[in-house]
Amino acid sequence: MNKTKSLASAVLATTLTAGMSLGAHAAAGDPVKIGVMLPFSGIYAQLGEAGRDGLKLALKENAANLHGADIEFIELDTEAKPSRAPELASSLLNQHEADFIIGPVHSGVAMGMIKMLRGKDTVMIIPNAGAAAATGPLCSPNMFRTSFSSWQPSYPMGKVALEKGYKKVYAISWNYGMGRESLDAFEESFTAGGGEIVEKVLLPFPSTNFQSHVSSIADTNPDAVFTFFAGGGAIKFVKDYDAMGLRGKIPLLGSGFLTEGTLKAQGEAAEGVMTGLHYAEQLDVPKNREFREAFNTEYGHYPDIYAVQGYDAGQAIANTIDQLKGDISDKQAVISTMEKLTIDSPRGEFTFSKAHNPIQNVYLREVKDGVNVVQSIAAEALEDPARGCKL
Amino acid sequence: MSTELFFVQLINGLQYGLLLFLIASGLTLVFGVMGILNLAHGSMYMVGAYLVWYFVAVTGSFTVSAILSAVIALGLGIVIERVLIQRLYNRNHLDQVLLTIGMIFVFNSLQSILWGNDPYGVAVPDALSGSVPFTDNSSYPVYRIFAAFICIAIAAALYFVVSKTRLGMLIRAGESNREMVEALGVNIKSLYTIVFAIGVMLAAVSGIIAAPMRSIVPGMGESVLITCFVVVVIGGMGSIKGAFVGALLVGVISTFAAVLMPTMSNMIIYIFMILVLLVKPQGLFAK
Repeated sequence: MNKTKSLASAVLATTLTAGMSLGAHAAAGDPVKIGVMLPFSGIYAQLGEAGRDGLKLALKENAANLHGADIEFIELDTEAKPSRAPELASSLLNQHEADFIIGPVHSGVAMGMIKMLRGKDTVMIIPNAGAAAATGPLCSPNMFRTSFSSWQPSYPMGKVALEKGYKKVYAISWNYGMGRESLDAFEESFTAGGGEIVEKVLLPFPSTNFQSHVSSIADTNPDAVFTFFAGGGAIKFVKDYDAMGLRGKIPLLGSGFLTEGTLKAQGEAAEGVMTGLHYAEQLDVPKNREFREAFNTEYGHYPDIYAVQGYDAGQAIANTIDQLKGDISDKQAVISTMEKLTIDSPRGEFTFSKAHNPIQNVYLREVKDGVNVVQSIAAEALEDPARGCKL
Repeated sequence: MSTELFFVQLINGLQYGLLLFLIASGLTLVFGVMGILNLAHGSMYMVGAYLVWYFVAVTGSFTVSAILSAVIALGLGIVIERVLIQRLYNRNHLDQVLLTIGMIFVFNSLQSILWGNDPYGVAVPDALSGSVPFTDNSSYPVYRIFAAFICIAIAAALYFVVSKTRLGMLIRAGESNREMVEALGVNIKSLYTIVFAIGVMLAAVSGIIAAPMRSIVPGMGESVLITCFVVVVIGGMGSIKGAFVGALLVGVISTFAAVLMPTMSNMIIYIFMILVLLVKPQGLFAK
């Protein structure tokens, strides 16, 4: 659908200069260029917009700490299409000479960007895509992530399942990176503690014909079900699970995306679903309450997890510029400053691992009255194992 | 697989097949009568689902919303036929394909502008929200049984209209010889408008019925369109009976494929289609 639009958007890279310099002392030299590579059209448009809004809010709030540096945003629409990623990343790198590149949402696009940006001077910050490889075999000194690795939300759920006394679990997801990695992470901790995966089903992405599988689950009669689905698939799975009468009989566990941004559409069917994630909208952290109000004042609606992750990417940039007193010309200094930061995130404070993935809490949430209510910290300061990373 | 699970899955398959028939019936009806291949048929399914979601949010009543949505779809069908499709009766299939593909893009963009890109869901209407005990630890939702019966009722109504009524007689006559029907004084133009609008409405009604069972997301039209084509090609292009048999076969086969070999399940119905076409190149009930 977007073929004509893709050409146009590449050409029309909206260059927005935000008037953030403080009149006191003019910027020392060129403005700090932040390239933004997020989907602003297509199925992930909402996620891209949320991430960008969070990013801009962080830089606006920190305007006084930038030592007079001007910020210039260059926004490119990825449309969540992996095939366009290398071209867009290369234009930000070579043509616009961006100092920081923020993106993307989609793991496939991340792979295309990494191809272009790995080992370069420009710092890349991933505000969503969870692909294990980005902070695993393909990790690089200039690549950071402010979101999660696919392993992080699911690994603690294995222990949660054991603590709840579930011995036999039925695992089901889509047969693609995030789906496979989520089930593997769950299986890793669950079987290590003596649990058994009675059935592991991987469906072609993005098939949502779940009813027959729900019947099979009823027939297998496991102690619990673990799953990763997101978006429309998450809605359909949770509704089918409820419609076939399994809700309340066989507990449903999942990676947090099963109930993120979907609760309204899932309605009562989602009640009691337990998920693991590094954030919850009602998380009782002062920074979270502050952030939610500030975001609502700025944009007229409350933020979601994607806005949080974009906001933290903005904080990482602002704090780095602050610590370097506005001089970011030495890229090695930028990287070594950023990797030592402690980010005061709405999800709770986090630091970066050696592979530059957040070391963060993963919360166990349960849906009650249409809200993901935090039950406990499923894993504290959880670090992704970064398998294959040589940093 | 135990016998019990076999029957459970058979019921799942038949229920899915009946919904597929409802979606495919409009496509095959329009092609059979008018020779128009409407690639935007899936978009009409999407429009039905989004409309009913929108009206449920506004009015709170599923019944009212369903009727409103179906009527709007019928009107939309009339407008599309009058403004666009009518110009293409004497053109070749390629032009029709280009126009209707263009309509897919237009409807997708409209959906994005009007309703945004968030995934939505419609709650099952209260009166049908119960379920009946089924196996040891599962039950079968009343709404899905109701949906299956609606599909059967519409199939019966279609059969009755086409084979027993004056309108059906004209439709069948128009299919075999357009010029002759026209020469006998029948207004074939309005007949085509009616048939096309009914086709659009059938797609929208499937979207309406499916809405409480599925998620309402951008691109939902294209995913059913492809399955729909498989159904129609297996059954024979233009044959309503073929669409019925094809839909049930595809429903049952894809359900069992999904359970028995999940990773390959998407492939199985295409392989089945190829096998059918090898034996019967025009489909099972070709005219």
